[in-house]
Amino acid sequence: MTKVTMVVNGKSVSAETEGRTLLSGYLREGLGLTGTHVGCDTSQCGACVVHVNGKAVKSCTIFAQDVAGAEVRTIEGMANADGSLGVVQQAFQDHHGLQCGFCTPGMVMSSAALLAENPKPTEAEVRHYLEGNICRCTGYHNIVKAVLAASGQDIAAIPAE
Amino acid sequence: MYDFEFVKPSTIAEATKALAGDGAQALSGGQTLLPTMKQRLAAPGTLVSLNGIAEMKGVCKGDGGLHIGAATPHAVVAKEAAAHYPALAALANGIGDPAVRNRGTLGGSVANNDPAACYPSAVLASGATVVTNKRKIAADDYFQGMFTTALEEGEFITEIAFPIPQKAAYVKFNQPASRFALTGVFVAKYADGVRVAVTGASNDGVFRWKEAEAALSKDFSAAALSGLTVDSSDFIHDLHGTPAYRGNLVKVLTARAVAAA
Ligand SMILES: Cc1cc2nc3c(=O)[nH]c(=O)nc-3n(C[C@H](O)[C@H](O)[C@H](O)COP(=O)(O)OP(=O)(O)OC[C@H]3O[C@@H](n4cnc5c(N)ncnc54)[C@H](O)[C@@H]3O)c2cc1C
Ligand code: FES
Ligand code: FES
Repeated sequence: MTKVTMVVNGKSVSAETEGRTLLSGYLREGLGLTGTHVGCDTSQCGACVVHVNGKAVKSCTIFAQDVAGAEVRTIEGMANADGSLGVVQQAFQDHHGLQCGFCTPGMVMSSAALLAENPKPTEAEVRHYLEGNICRCTGYHNIVKAVLAASGQDIAAIPAE
Repeated sequence: MYDFEFVKPSTIAEATKALAGDGAQALSGGQTLLPTMKQRLAAPGTLVSLNGIAEMKGVCKGDGGLHIGAATPHAVVAKEAAAHYPALAALANGIGDPAVRNRGTLGGSVANNDPAACYPSAVLASGATVVTNKRKIAADDYFQGMFTTALEEGEFITEIAFPIPQKAAYVKFNQPASRFALTGVFVAKYADGVRVAVTGASNDGVFRWKEAEAALSKDFSAAALSGLTVDSSDFIHDLHGTPAYRGNLVKVLTARAVAAA
């Protein structure tokens, strides 16, 4: 076992790992941050997306030891300091961007990464960026609306399709 | 997944030492290797991460054209190669999805040589040089059939040098479930001729379509391809496409790539 230290949601944390401990397992089992979901465990669904040094990555497909020392942000770090929902989270709630909620942590993390790179994406850019995030419930339209709303754009003109 | 010892060297020399050991395997982005290990199709005793080696990262212009460190993620190539070799940057930007591109690397993709991967077509069509910790390998000698390359035990890719073409384009017909290429074609026009590399079609992995190269070297236009036929007898047959379907795609995508270049 090797002790791995990282900065998760702004706090320095550490947990024991094996070589094979995945970042998703480190977060969920090591730190109890179960907001990061594991859907497929094969890098297909995007439920496990977190930010490592500011970049969206699939935590089920990274070894914890390979990102020792990194800055990690998870869904638990997306709320405002006072505990209220962050902009992207609030937009998902307002626009019904979730149903069962299983994909939502990954959707929110991917969407936040998109908005950091591209603050005013087009609808097509949102759909393209979320290609690696699978949702079995919503049919995606409300997720796309939520992301556009979170970017401060007028979504009235977007048809429900 | 079976457990293993994890090491993360910070220089090529240290990695060479670590990978000389019995049962040691290189890890780059892990986007292919981790799923493989989870299925227990690979079970290295020691995993040597190449992600901490600064000299294996980045994009820069040099004598051999555009030099890209093997440990450079696809997303960085997409951004940093754009001004120098736009077709290569666009290819990198079309791999998988953003999270895969933030992690997966040039070296991992070219080492793996998946028959449906995108990068091998760029390496072959550019006549690139694959630089390893031991030697330099010409693209034409490097690819040796699906999942097979000229790399030997303990050898790993450190960088790839891409001669910059006058014109080039990669056109990929997406396999929407895997996000790999169902079939993809990379066309590159150099002063001394045109090179055409096809991925996602042959059971032998990436290959050069020499008839198209000859025709396009004389006349770089989609019309120059019209009389050509593609021998699809040894093409991949799966539920997504028959060999004949892929054969047709090769011709269609080559024409589109020429038009886009
Ligand atoms: C959802 C998804 C979609 C994808 N879509 C595409 C796509 O559209 N097109 C495409 O081309 N690819 C696609 N990929 C594959 C992706 O590009 C991988 O990142 C790539 O194939 C492997 O690179 P890696 O850095 O992750 O390598 P790893 O998984 O770390 O390694 C792969 C293999 O190469 C070996 N290796 C790694 N680095 C080196 C090196 N420097 N020298 C020698 N050997 C080395 C490893 O030992 C291992 O055997 C996709 C993957 C996923 C998960
Ligand atoms: S759980 Fe990681 S991509 Fe599905
Ligand atoms: S809300 Fe159920 S999977 Fe997306």
